[in-house]
Amino acid sequence: MKYLDEFRDGEKTKPILAAIRKTVTRPWSLMEVCGGQTHSILRFGIDELLPPEVTLIHGPGCPVCVTPVALIDKALAIAATPGVIFCSFGDMLRVPGSEKDLFRVKSEGATVRIVYSPLDALEVAEGHPEREVVFFAVGFETTAPANALAVSEAKRRGLRNFSMLVSHVLVPPALEAILSSPRAKVNGILAAGHVCAIMGTAEYRQLAFHYKVPIVVTGFEPVDLLHGIQSCLVQLEEGRHEVENRYARVVKDEGNPRARALIREVFQVVPRTWRGIGPIPESGLGLRPEFSEFDAELRFGVQGVGGPESKVCQSGLVLQGLLRPQECPAFGTDCTPERPLGATMVSGEGACAAYYRYRRAGTRNA
Amino acid sequence: MCIGIPGKILDATEGSLRMGRVAFGEVIKQVSLALVPEAQVGEYVLVHAGTAIQVLDEAAAQEVLDLLEELAESMEDRP
Ligand code: SF4
Repeated sequence: MKYLDEFRDGEKTKPILAAIRKTVTRPWSLMEVCGGQTHSILRFGIDELLPPEVTLIHGPGCPVCVTPVALIDKALAIAATPGVIFCSFGDMLRVPGSEKDLFRVKSEGATVRIVYSPLDALEVAEGHPEREVVFFAVGFETTAPANALAVSEAKRRGLRNFSMLVSHVLVPPALEAILSSPRAKVNGILAAGHVCAIMGTAEYRQLAFHYKVPIVVTGFEPVDLLHGIQSCLVQLEEGRHEVENRYARVVKDEGNPRARALIREVFQVVPRTWRGIGPIPESGLGLRPEFSEFDAELRFGVQGVGGPESKVCQSGLVLQGLLRPQECPAFGTDCTPERPLGATMVSGEGACAAYYRYRRAGTRNA
Repeated sequence: MCIGIPGKILDATEGSLRMGRVAFGEVIKQVSLALVPEAQVGEYVLVHAGTAIQVLDEAAAQEVLDLLEELAESMEDRP
């Protein structure tokens, strides 16, 4: 496909790799923020192509992975309510709550549907006026416009049987939490291309300046990733810390202002708890009071629902780049993608699942 | 989760919610074009969760590919 295949071409990665080898003189740790990038890096073996001085740390950018247990428990309670059709992206179905997951609730008789877009959930609501239709709105800034669009459409169409369980999170506050930690060992950041497609690059300038880290907006294909890595390494070697955009075919400096205006119309910034990391102030989005009629937490009275996080799972450390997945004692034994203990083992973009798939002993790249 | 896929706009229906058919290789999907009102039929958009979120910039894509060619040549010059 155009704009994908030419950036996946192995031949094109060779000169960048050669340039990277010439650039690097010292050890550097780069964090790729986005789980989609983590998945690409392991799938294409990019970490193994880099010189040994360069370490890639896998950041917290997988919305599935950071959705807290309490929110999964709320989703389970709502999905199990008679008359509800619960709609969700497919990768949320096996995320463990404190006792079950959505698959289990489904097998017990609940109506749980996998949708590809929140607008599909809107169609379901229009087609079933006698049922309550709830959409599980998880995601980063990339997904917020689609979800905001669905809510504003529901309002415009006067849909009374549609609501959203919102668990939106924002990238910059999480980055700030990681960079400001005394245990931080990140020298440079590869910023998530599709988040920046919406948000632009402005909010990263302050972070780059304050924490003296280069931040390079990077895409998802091997050529894009290596191009971003090379720019970040050049900056580090030259002692610079600027925001650069290496994904210009998709990311404009101003992002998509129309999408941002829609996000602001429907959502407001709220504190959120991140699975494994804990509460971070001003780190997520919730519905504005003007749209509270679409708030599933209020509609179903589940504000108080929610159990504690697993004691075994170390995903909080994994998400902050402080532990490698294989270093978790449960990795590949008690915890596998078939029976995950933590969300980072569920989603294909979670670091534990990516290592399980591409780096387990016995597999090609182990 | 945040993966967006580039696809080519086949047609667009204006209305309260701008929609259109977008081709991803062989697969064709109905997509919201509400957030890219400037996108024309024949252009490529990045689609995430059923919503086009950005128009792809052909010139910027070409610039990177050109840069890589230059890089490849300069690497051959001085191995
Ligand atoms: S391997 Fe499983 S238990 Fe260990 S951190 Fe990853 S998800 Fe949690």
